[in-house]
Parts: sequence; C-alpha cells; structure tokens
Amino acid sequence: MAASSDRSPPPFPAAEESAAAPSDMPDGDSDEGEDIFVSNSNPVAVSRGVSQPDLFSEEEEASSTPAKSNGVHSDEDNDLFAEAHVELSTDKPGSSDRKELSSSSGLRPASSFTQSPAAMQPTSLEQLEEDEAKDSFDVDVAVTNPEKVGDGMNAYVAYKVSTRTSLPMFRSKAFTVRRRYSDFLGLYEKLSVKQSLLGCIIPPPPEKSVVGMTKVKVGMDDPSSVEFVERRRAALERYLQRVVSHPSLLQDPDVREFLEREELPRAVSTQALSGAGFLKMINKASDAVNKMTIKMNESDTWFEDKFQEVENEEQQLRKLHALVDSLVNHRKELCGNTAVFAKSMAMLGNSEDNTALSRALSQLAEVEDKMEQLHQEQAASDFFIFEELLADYIRLLGAMRGCFDQRIRAWQRWQEAQSTLQKKREAEAKLLWANKPDKLQQAKEEITEWEARVTQYERDFDRVGMTVRKEVLRFEKEKAKDFKSQIIKYLEAMLQSQQRLIKFWEAFLPEAKAIA
Amino acid sequence: MMEEVKEVTPTLSVHAHNIKVTEVLKEGDTLTFLIVSQKLSGTGEYHVDRTYDDFEWLQQHLFSQEDVPGIQGVIFPPLPAKAQVNASAKVMKQLGFLGLEEWQPYCKALENFVQQIAAHSILCKNKALEIFLTSPDPPGRQRVRKNIFNRLSQAVVEMRKESHKDVDEFFQTERDHNLVLTGCTKTATERFLDVVLTEQKIAVACGHFSAALHLCVEQGEDPDKQAFSKACVKLSEVFNSMKKNMTSVAENNVNTLGVGLDLESRYQEAEKEMLFRRTCKLVELETARRNAEKAKPVKKAAMEEVKKVAETEFDHICGVAKQEIAQFHGVRVKMLQQALVQWCEKQLLTAKENADQFDQHLQAFRGMA
Repeated sequence: MAASSDRSPPPFPAAEESAAAPSDMPDGDSDEGEDIFVSNSNPVAVSRGVSQPDLFSEEEEASSTPAKSNGVHSDEDNDLFAEAHVELSTDKPGSSDRKELSSSSGLRPASSFTQSPAAMQPTSLEQLEEDEAKDSFDVDVAVTNPEKVGDGMNAYVAYKVSTRTSLPMFRSKAFTVRRRYSDFLGLYEKLSVKQSLLGCIIPPPPEKSVVGMTKVKVGMDDPSSVEFVERRRAALERYLQRVVSHPSLLQDPDVREFLEREELPRAVSTQALSGAGFLKMINKASDAVNKMTIKMNESDTWFEDKFQEVENEEQQLRKLHALVDSLVNHRKELCGNTAVFAKSMAMLGNSEDNTALSRALSQLAEVEDKMEQLHQEQAASDFFIFEELLADYIRLLGAMRGCFDQRIRAWQRWQEAQSTLQKKREAEAKLLWANKPDKLQQAKEEITEWEARVTQYERDFDRVGMTVRKEVLRFEKEKAKDFKSQIIKYLEAMLQSQQRLIKFWEAFLPEAKAIA
Repeated sequence: MMEEVKEVTPTLSVHAHNIKVTEVLKEGDTLTFLIVSQKLSGTGEYHVDRTYDDFEWLQQHLFSQEDVPGIQGVIFPPLPAKAQVNASAKVMKQLGFLGLEEWQPYCKALENFVQQIAAHSILCKNKALEIFLTSPDPPGRQRVRKNIFNRLSQAVVEMRKESHKDVDEFFQTERDHNLVLTGCTKTATERFLDVVLTEQKIAVACGHFSAALHLCVEQGEDPDKQAFSKACVKLSEVFNSMKKNMTSVAENNVNTLGVGLDLESRYQEAEKEMLFRRTCKLVELETARRNAEKAKPVKKAAMEEVKKVAETEFDHICGVAKQEIAQFHGVRVKMLQQALVQWCEKQLLTAKENADQFDQHLQAFRGMA
C-alpha cells in the first residue's frame, strides 16, 4: 500500500500546492524516488500483464490438489453438509444483497485480461508470501491542481490525475486526465461490484461531505475551504495509490480507464455512497450476513481469530484517531495564540522608548510570528501524517471486514446450492417412483446443472478463502511498511522544524543580550 | 500596632540581595512561606515562616509612613494577589503566571517583593521589615488602620483626577507613557499566558496518545505484526519525548519571560499608582492655591498656611518621584533584558535537546527492519 505523498505535508491553510512535475511525483516505496521509472527491467512486474500460459497452468495445479490454506476440504463436504442447518428461509437477505452488488453469481472481471486474482494463487502459504516479496512498483499516480469548475451550487472541483508507468498495458508512459470526486466514487463502486465474492480488500475513497463541499462551491478562498480541498486531494491521491499498488485491482480495465480515458461518463449511482459513507454500507452487509440462518461451521480458526483481531484493531485505531484529532486542535489553538501574542509584543515594542529594548521586543514579535508558522506546519504534520493515516486504516479495516463477509457469503451460496441439489435428487427419486419419464428427463438435467454449480461454488469458496488470506497478509505487510514510513516522515519533519527553531533562537539571543 | 518612634534610623540587620523564599507549605487552606535571610554581621541566618497576611501587614506598614517626606512619590514594590489552595478560576486568572508550576513563580515574586523593599533607600528603614524578616513570631494579623493609600486606590470618584493636566512636562510625558505601557504589558502578559496554557494542553495530549499507542501492541509471531507492534512502541516513546519537551518549553516560558512580563506589568501598575497619588496632590495643591487666593482676609493666613504645606508636600513628592522614575527605568530594562536572555538561552537549550531526541528516534526507526 502506498504511503502518502513524499511532498512535505502542506500547511494550514494550504498554500498553492503546485502541480507535481513528473520529476516530483511520489512513489509507493518512498526510499526509491524516481529511479524506479528510469530503469525498469524487472521481468516479474511486466509478466503480470503478459505471461498468461504460466498462470493457466498454475490454475490447473490449484484445482487438482486440495486447497491447504483453508480448513474446508472437499472430502469433508458431505459431513459439513450433513451438519449444516438446512432450514433456508425463502427471504434470503444474502441473495438480495448479492443482487445489489453483482449481476450474477460467479461473475468474472471483464474478459479483456484473462486471469482472475484467484488464478494467481499459489498452493501454499509460503508461496503466498514469496509472491508478495516480488511485487515491485512501477505505476505511479498523483492527484494535484484542484480547480473549481463552474459557479454556484453546480460547481465542482476537478483534479488533475497524472500517471507515470512502465507497464505495457497502458497506452503511454505518462499521461494526465482531469477527474472530479464523483468519478473516484464511481470507480470504487464499479470495483466493489466486480470484486464482491472474490475477497479483495478494495481501498475506500474519502467520504462525501455536504458541508465541506457547499463551502467550496460558494468560494474556495477561505482557510477552511482550502483545508478541505487539500485534505480531499491528499486522500484521493492515497486512494488511487493504494488501488494501483494492488496487483489485482491494477489489472481491472475500469482502473485503466479511469487513469487513461479523456472523458469519463458521469457516475450517477454514487448516491448510495453518501451520508455516513462506506463503513455504513459495509456494516449493513455485515448485518445481512449475520441474519442468515445457516451459520458457518468454521473449521479453520484462522478466519475467526483474524476477524476478531481486525475488530479489535479497528477499535484501537479509532481511539488513536480521536487522540490525534485532539492534539491537532490544540496545535491549531497554539497557532492562534502565538499570532495574537506576537501582535501584542509588537505593540509593546512600539510603545517602548528604550531603543535597544524596543528593538529586542520587535524582534521577539518576529520570532513568535515565525514560530506560528512552525506550529502550523506541525499541526499539518500531525494531521496529514497521522490523523489521515489512521482514518485510512480504519476505513481499510472496515473493507477487510467486508472481505471476511464475502467469504461467508460464498460459503453460504455453496451450502444453499448443495441443499438445492439434494432437493432435486429427492424430486428425481419421487419421479422415478411415480414413473413420469418426461419430467424425469428434466429432473436429470437439473441435477446435472446443480451438480456443476455445487462444484463451481465450492471452488469459488476455496478461492475466496485463499484470496482473503493473501489479502490479509498483504495488508499486514503494507500496514507495517506504511506506518513505519509515515513515522519516519513525521520524525524528519519534526527534526527539520526543531532545527529551524534553533536557528530562530540563535538569531534572537544577541538581540536580547544587546539590550543595554 | 506600630508606634512611630523617632529614634536613630534603624538599619536592616540582614543582606538585602539574597533574601530567599525557600519553600512553600500547604497547611489546610493556607500557604505558608519560609523566608531565609543572611545576617549582616557574622554567618548566621534567619528562618521565619510567613503567610500572605503577614506580607500584607508589611505592605500596610510601608504605606502608613505618613511622616516620611515624599513617601507618596515612592513606587512601592507590588505585592502579588493572594494565593490560595484550591483557588477559584477567577483567582487563578488574576494570578496568571504566578499560579502555575506549583507556586514556584509565586515564591519568586514574594522574594522579589521583599528584596526590593530591603534594597530601597527609604523603605528599608521601616522597622516592620526588620520584624517581618527576623521575628520568630508572625508579626501579627490585626488590620492596620486605613491609610491614604487604601483610600486613594479604591475611591472611584478620584479616578477623574487621573486625566488631570500636569504642570510639569516631564511628568505629563511619564504619565502618558506609563498609561500606554501599562495597557500593552498587561495585554502581552495575558496573551503569553494563553500560549503557555495551550502548550500544557498539547503536552497532555501527547501523553495520552503515547499511552494509547502502548496498548496497540499485537500478539503473535507474525513478522509483520511484530514490526507493527515495534513501530507502535517506538512511536509511543517519541510522543512521550514530545510531551516532556512541551512541558519544558512551557516551564521555560513561565519561569523566565512569563514571570518577567508579570513583574513588569505589576510594576507599571505600581508606577501608575504613584503618579496618580502625585496628581491627586497636584489637584489638592491647585485647590489650596485657589482657596488662598479667594480667601477672605479673616481666613487668608490659614489658607496660606494650608497652601504652603501642600506646596512643600508636593515638592517632596516630586523630588522623590523623579528619583524613583529614573531608577525604575534603569531597573526595568535590566530586569527585562535578563528575562529575555534567560528565556532565549533556556529555550535554545531545550530545542537542541529536543532535536537530539528526534534524531535518535529517527535513527532507531531507520535501523528497524
């Protein structure tokens, strides 16, 4: 997962955060800088889009050996089925949910690229981790130049989305498009729809804000509007960076279209993603899963344990987020206090008739003004580096919970198919007894159809399980990396700040001493 | 009750410059201060304990020296407001910087008060000071009789005289200047206090964040989880350092510039009071002159006498006032310079220490796997 921009976090209110020239563009692994674009000779990364035969053979391997990474083995199927609670309510909240998010079961991402994320699954956990290590990063995106378009309540903000890449699947090496916020939301919605039942963690974009946007529509000049736009810009950038750094999502043609296409059709169905936002949506889906009458008989405690961990972690991060928010507010308060104090010292200096003292007091006022600037930057650091990081991860953990639910839904779909199959078999038996040959033929056809479905859904379930495991591993790795790199960025900023402070004091000391 | 005994001018038996308020003790609701002074002759020390009421007693005695010529021209060292245990918000606001840092700045302010009296050529001669510093028993808690100072500082109707035009350009300038400075200094002091209080809030917030981070340690042998836990623990240390740093920054602010601005503010007020007393005397004098002029022959001699007394008193006051003002100007600049230099040096040191801390933390993080 990409860390946020390498640019030093903007101060409040953001001064013009000028467009990142390509040479300034941040990249996901913050140590590497622009070199990554100069010499891209990493064959593994390129092969993602190209070497299909390898992946197909991998897939065959995967289906022939029993999946080791989740606890549900095919030979245990019957036992599981026997134990499962067979009462299915006709009102299936799960299926209506499914209707919302996907048009049919087993939907694959569009066919212009061939592999589904599951097809890339190696068969063992160790190989999963090895795969992650090979991930290198050769797409970079930046979101810059927020500009207000139009007037009044129909106005909106357009952002410049710049991409630099070495991947052949894109039309060129560097390109720019203009996108508005609803475009980002639209992308998220498309990805959510396609990726449901596949188990990927889809990074959520920042929430809608009617209040924030209304102020911006009226005028972009006041500090709180500037702050809002900057915050959104940075969040959108992080969102895109996370999307493109996800190996599966990068392959999605909607992502490519979002980055490349000049004019994007206006996303209209983003109404569902307003209000309290994505966590609300995910929680609703969670509730739907919990209401289902077949409870999953989890023989692999890994998933249960992980889910609990995720919930705990989300709680902790929320606590941390609230604390950082409090800190940021105090820092902003300090900015205000310092500015006011500086003015009062300037007035005192002006009223003073001892010249040396007057001069010193005026210098003091200037030092305090500079310190106000420092406080602004520190507040921005606290905010953009920590508060937003924590907010992002709270959202991501929510998305992760969504993945776990997807797995359960996949399991439930499989179970339902099995019970339907059983019913069909019973119906066939009855028909045999009743000796109705024409209906019997139909019954036999249906049984074949449902047998295929059961097999398919079982495979899907296995695949989702593996994807979720892989995603969780990837998430944890990225999280550790992300936090560490952000902390380092914070410390660097703090250190710089302190060094400037030292200079201010060193400059003031002779002035203070010179007072006769 | 003190007797004004005309005898050989008593001299203080202790050194003025190293009188110290060494400790403050809480006894129930009252604060008791320990005052140590060095004997002039020999190597002995006086240790006495005094409460705020004793300080007030001393001040009242100084105010009531009506026989000392020109006493009203003295800029009296200002006594801080009364400190209380569990003080109300209003009292704390009034005390400002002196209410912070566990009463240490307050002790310093009291110390300064006594030192300034002991160093003052006129005031050090008052017997009350000797008793205050050396008597083992508290000097007595009776209310001293009201004197001219109490009356003047509380009478609202007298305030109109504040803007009475002066006859002397030197004093008019001084009055105008003092008016401006008093206002500016008071404002600056209050604003600086706001800064310090916010810094303290930031320190507390950093502490909370540090504590919460410590709770984020995750179990398990998973290397990524361990990496994350380690990062949280180290970040917790970082924010703990930040808390300590902010606390030091706030402390430095209070103990140097804060206390300096507070003292300057109170001294400006003291000068204002002196100038006001003189103005009132001027008004009195002008009234006496007019009365003497307009007096009928029967009363004329008496009015002339009143006028003469007023003139003498006024001249004495002006003489003393001029000296006081000159000295005050010198002392206050020195005091502010000291405060500013100390402030700068302390903050510079703290900033350097903090930079080192950040550097160490940064190295530690970079070195982490």
